[in-house]
Amino acid sequence: MGFWGQFGVWLAALLTIGIISFLYKDNFLYKACEAIFVGISAGYWFIVYYWDNLYKKFYLQVTNHDLTSWERIIPWVGFILGVMMLSRLFEKIGWLSRWPLAFIVGATAGLYMMIYFVSNAMAQVASTIIPVFIGDWATIIANFFIVAGTFCGLVYFFFSKEHKGAFGLASRVGIWFLMITFGASFGYTVMSRMSLMIGRLDFLFGTWLGMIK
Amino acid sequence: MKREIPVAITFIVGTAYLIAYFIPHEPFNYFENWFNDWFAVIAAFAIWLGVLNLIKISTIKIVRKSPDWPYSVLIIVSFIIIVFFGFYEGYRGLYANPHYSFRDPGTSFDWLYVNVYTPLSATMFALLAFFVASASYRAFRARNFEATLLLLAAFLVMLGRVPVGDILTSWLPHQYQLSQWANWIMHVPNTAGQRAIMIGIALGLVSTSLRIILGLERSYLGND
Amino acid sequence: MKKKEVVIVSLLIIFAFVLKYLIPKPVEFSYTVSMIVIILLGLVFVYILIRTLQGQLIGRRVVFLLVGISLSLPFFMKLTLNIPVSPEVRSVYDALQKLPPGSKVLAAFDYDPPSAPELQPMAVAFMKYAFDRGLKVIIMGLWPQGPQQADQAIQSAFKAEPSLKKKIKYGRDYVNLGFQAGNEFVILRMGESFKAMFPSDLYNTPYDSIPLLNNVSNFSNIDFCMDFSAGKPGTAEWVQIAVDRFKLPVAAGNTAVQAPMVYPYLNSHQLVGLLGGMSGGAAFEKLTKKPGKATTYILSQSFAHVVVVIFIIIGNVAYFSRKKEKK
Repeated sequence: MGFWGQFGVWLAALLTIGIISFLYKDNFLYKACEAIFVGISAGYWFIVYYWDNLYKKFYLQVTNHDLTSWERIIPWVGFILGVMMLSRLFEKIGWLSRWPLAFIVGATAGLYMMIYFVSNAMAQVASTIIPVFIGDWATIIANFFIVAGTFCGLVYFFFSKEHKGAFGLASRVGIWFLMITFGASFGYTVMSRMSLMIGRLDFLFGTWLGMIK
Repeated sequence: MKREIPVAITFIVGTAYLIAYFIPHEPFNYFENWFNDWFAVIAAFAIWLGVLNLIKISTIKIVRKSPDWPYSVLIIVSFIIIVFFGFYEGYRGLYANPHYSFRDPGTSFDWLYVNVYTPLSATMFALLAFFVASASYRAFRARNFEATLLLLAAFLVMLGRVPVGDILTSWLPHQYQLSQWANWIMHVPNTAGQRAIMIGIALGLVSTSLRIILGLERSYLGND
Repeated sequence: MKKKEVVIVSLLIIFAFVLKYLIPKPVEFSYTVSMIVIILLGLVFVYILIRTLQGQLIGRRVVFLLVGISLSLPFFMKLTLNIPVSPEVRSVYDALQKLPPGSKVLAAFDYDPPSAPELQPMAVAFMKYAFDRGLKVIIMGLWPQGPQQADQAIQSAFKAEPSLKKKIKYGRDYVNLGFQAGNEFVILRMGESFKAMFPSDLYNTPYDSIPLLNNVSNFSNIDFCMDFSAGKPGTAEWVQIAVDRFKLPVAAGNTAVQAPMVYPYLNSHQLVGLLGGMSGGAAFEKLTKKPGKATTYILSQSFAHVVVVIFIIIGNVAYFSRKKEKK
């Protein structure tokens, strides 16, 4: 590893420890690292979007003479709408940014309406309406729990009717299923967060200090 | 003009996507393709807007000597450094033979990504590991039946998803070991609960999308 | 900067220098030492339990320190554990096994460095496996950092298995298309035309000049998709558009935070299989017989889970004993 490689590892270690120092208390080193993180991230996104989007999806299209003139004009609409987005930085003409914003909101609404309906509503309902009493007892229990759990969970989210009587009971069972769901999510969240720290420790003990293979 | 045109744009674009979903053929797929391409470019400008706004705010902080303004200087300096190397490597790579990308291994931009951006971003999120453990000790209590269910599910999943779960229950037949319990929780009650949430969100999203396309929901346009 | 802080920082630097230059490398605990360390850690927790029962909750920083120690020590232990393989991980492996050599696999890298400790090991294992099996890999990212993470995964795969480096050629066996903004709109556009969304690859090579992409125009020319995802845009978007609209078989590698949310897609067979978090990665490494970082990390991961479980038990024992006393 050359000088810049070594220097990079030491710098990365210093920045890692700088962030970890927050566990002791909020301090200048943490704040400095935080500021560098914000600046570097902003710059990273700025550059990546320039090269991958504006350069490839706009510049290369409008300067590509293999395309028809019509195909070279079309990308300008997106570019102009994009520039209008930047008008938000200036108070007087800020309202111009509503046009591209309306475009994004309209496109997202139009697309989401169908994909969520098909994939997250209809496909899920179809997979819930299943024959329960088939297979061995373990399958029957699992099928029953999926049908009952989904139904009761949905009942809990239905707020237009007071949760009383049989409806209230179903809603209560729904809460139990949701609690198990949140418990499982908590377990997985612990797994996730610990993994991230393990990754950093691997860097400190392995790449930086060379203590592990 | 300030409100009518945006509402019309939303309606036209939203409807075009809806039609293209059902009729993915000419001429409707043309509109969808154009819109997809424009979306990519507008999304880039939207990110730029956020970034430039950050720079604007940081500059104002420095000029006004607001509290902690030196950190704003650090933000701007870091920003300028990575942007400089991003453009430098990008244009150098374009004219080099063979071409290379601004983020290829070995470029100064990649050096900043690996040695500055990666440790900072990764450690920032890794810190949560400590707070999760602290919260588990101080706040995670089986106060009632629901909380007990949550806690039990968390226990079984945490232990069952790593080898230690099966070691602790190695005296049981395989189908009753903790890893099997974790599998069952994830595939049955978790699936049911997540599905209820998923369907609920989907139905909410469908109705909100329809309201937006029809112009009944205009809060995204602001007040004035 | 206060005097106390200067002392702490100086001590840390000296400690780092000692560890880096004075300690013989690598540091490895024998089985006996590992057991002694585990027993000592256990005793510390017994002490914490007693203190907590006496009504003295230990400080926040002590908890942090204990978590740090519990995560660090396993790095030096050489204990082998039997990694459990869940059915959803096996499904991913089985689906990949069914692909004949030469099949085109789309690998979507939708994550960034913060999620890399979880997803990078499975991405590396996937690359090793795919290259070994002769699958053709087309890489892309819905996250700006994705393609760079893919590059790193390939370099790690080559480093771990140098024979692959000689065998695998860019443009013929794999290609990195880079990143495009637009989230699900990118997937939607790719359903019509890859080239329209990615006019050139990561290195600005025009789409048509890349041999691997000669007969690839859209999803109909792709045999399988593997999505490594840390959130949105990610697995949900691939399911909603690539699976449900374009009928592309998709499997996913997810961060553990996201994994529980995609189980309904597994049940409805919209998703072929799932590698969830570090344990999913380790199980995949086990199935592919290519042990890597996830297998190494799983001991630390196990310690971490046990520590959290112990903390919850201690907290609850104290809570119930106080409740009993009050009664």
